[in-house]
Amino acid sequence: MPRSSFINSTLSLGLLLLIWQLTASIAASPVLPSPALVFTTLIDAINSGELPHHLGITLFRLAISFFLAMLLGIAIGLALGRHKHMNLFFDSWLIILLNIPALVTIILCYIWFGLIETAAIFAVVVNKLPNVIVTIREGARNLDEELIEMSVAYRFGKWKTIRHVIMPQLYPYIMASARTGLALIWKIVLVVELLGRSDGMGYQIHLFFQLFDITSILAYTVSFIFVIQLIETAILKPLDKQSQRWK
Amino acid sequence: MNQLNVNIKLKQHQHHGDENSFDVIKNLHFEQQSDQFICLVGPSGCGKTTLLNIIGGLDNNYEGDIQIDEQIGTPNASFVFQTPRLLPWCNVLENIQLANETDISPDTIEQLLLELGLKNSLNSYPHHLSLGMQRRVALARAFSVNSDLLLMDEPFVSLDQPTARKARQLLLRLWQSQPKTLIFVTHDIEEAIQLADRILFLSDSPSTIIDDIAITTPRSERTPEHINSFRNELRTEHLHLAHLL
Repeated sequence: MPRSSFINSTLSLGLLLLIWQLTASIAASPVLPSPALVFTTLIDAINSGELPHHLGITLFRLAISFFLAMLLGIAIGLALGRHKHMNLFFDSWLIILLNIPALVTIILCYIWFGLIETAAIFAVVVNKLPNVIVTIREGARNLDEELIEMSVAYRFGKWKTIRHVIMPQLYPYIMASARTGLALIWKIVLVVELLGRSDGMGYQIHLFFQLFDITSILAYTVSFIFVIQLIETAILKPLDKQSQRWK
Repeated sequence: MNQLNVNIKLKQHQHHGDENSFDVIKNLHFEQQSDQFICLVGPSGCGKTTLLNIIGGLDNNYEGDIQIDEQIGTPNASFVFQTPRLLPWCNVLENIQLANETDISPDTIEQLLLELGLKNSLNSYPHHLSLGMQRRVALARAFSVNSDLLLMDEPFVSLDQPTARKARQLLLRLWQSQPKTLIFVTHDIEEAIQLADRILFLSDSPSTIIDDIAITTPRSERTPEHINSFRNELRTEHLHLAHLL
């Protein structure tokens, strides 16, 4: 009988914990605390309200920059994918944006706009945006021309065409860039917080680093691995299913 | 009244990365009475699809004009393409509703689908239907729209003979109950003789009209024998059309 995916992932995570536990007890060093210790620290951090506060702020930054990057990325990607001349003209801009190191944009944003929230979010958006544009542009190039022509013939108009003809075809590309985007934005948000904010997960981890508090760093890491899993199973997977129901 | 006047002086195709262009359509003129059924027959690659796109307003890059009821402009046309071109993520009902600018009641659509033998397919998605059924949905979509002109580009190509025959009968029945000015492109002369009031024969590109033949026999008398003898008659009397027959 095939094992259910739930049992499978439980077994696999259990093995990982076991390896961690064994390594920790063999090393017996304060720089590699055991899972149990990390877990109690996590519970304490949740109970004290400190972790929820910083996690909440990070999630807030994540959500705003994610939606801004997706929205702008879809609009620009669609425009570039549909207009050859525009694409040829702006292609080099895109390559530059794609290749500027995240650290450079973050520092420049803080220097130009000051150590403020807007600068932090803007820096994250600028880092994520080119990836979304490239993926959506690919999707926009592969749109079914016959269906577009049909929508012109039946006078769908701009919004009806976008909503009923273009968006359903772009959906797999949007989901792909949402998935990779979420992972990338997490990482960048933490760096942004570390460099110029006085709250959020990145700030806290920086603080623990200075205190050499490995247990807390691991406890915070575990908490946002958990949140990411939650976003995946509670939001992204159902969205996938919803969009595939016609198949 | 939906009388159509087609007057195309020149339509050119530009090759990609090439300065040269070649003439697809040159000096093509015809008039079509309101509610007349015209079949366009011509060799493949002579620009029949291009011609339909010009008449329907999908292609405005040509010299000449299209008039409907003596007014220059884009006629309000509905299309049936070579492939069904249904939105795969919308069911049959949604596909037809989306094509209509004004709200159309589900009852009207249901009635139309009933006539086309698609009564139980209202909520089906296109890929659950056979190609023949998808083509009938495309037909229903074209007839559901309140248009002046119906343009059909080999709508029954790649169907097996019995399915195509049935589809043609359904088309005629629909057209007789809702008469429209109709242009039907085909390369099948028998199909043309069976359906049309009038057949226009096109030349190789640059295409122009080389013959214009009216068929006055009532459709009910167009048996396979009659179609065959009509075709033979054309062959002997119009020698320049022999390659199209």
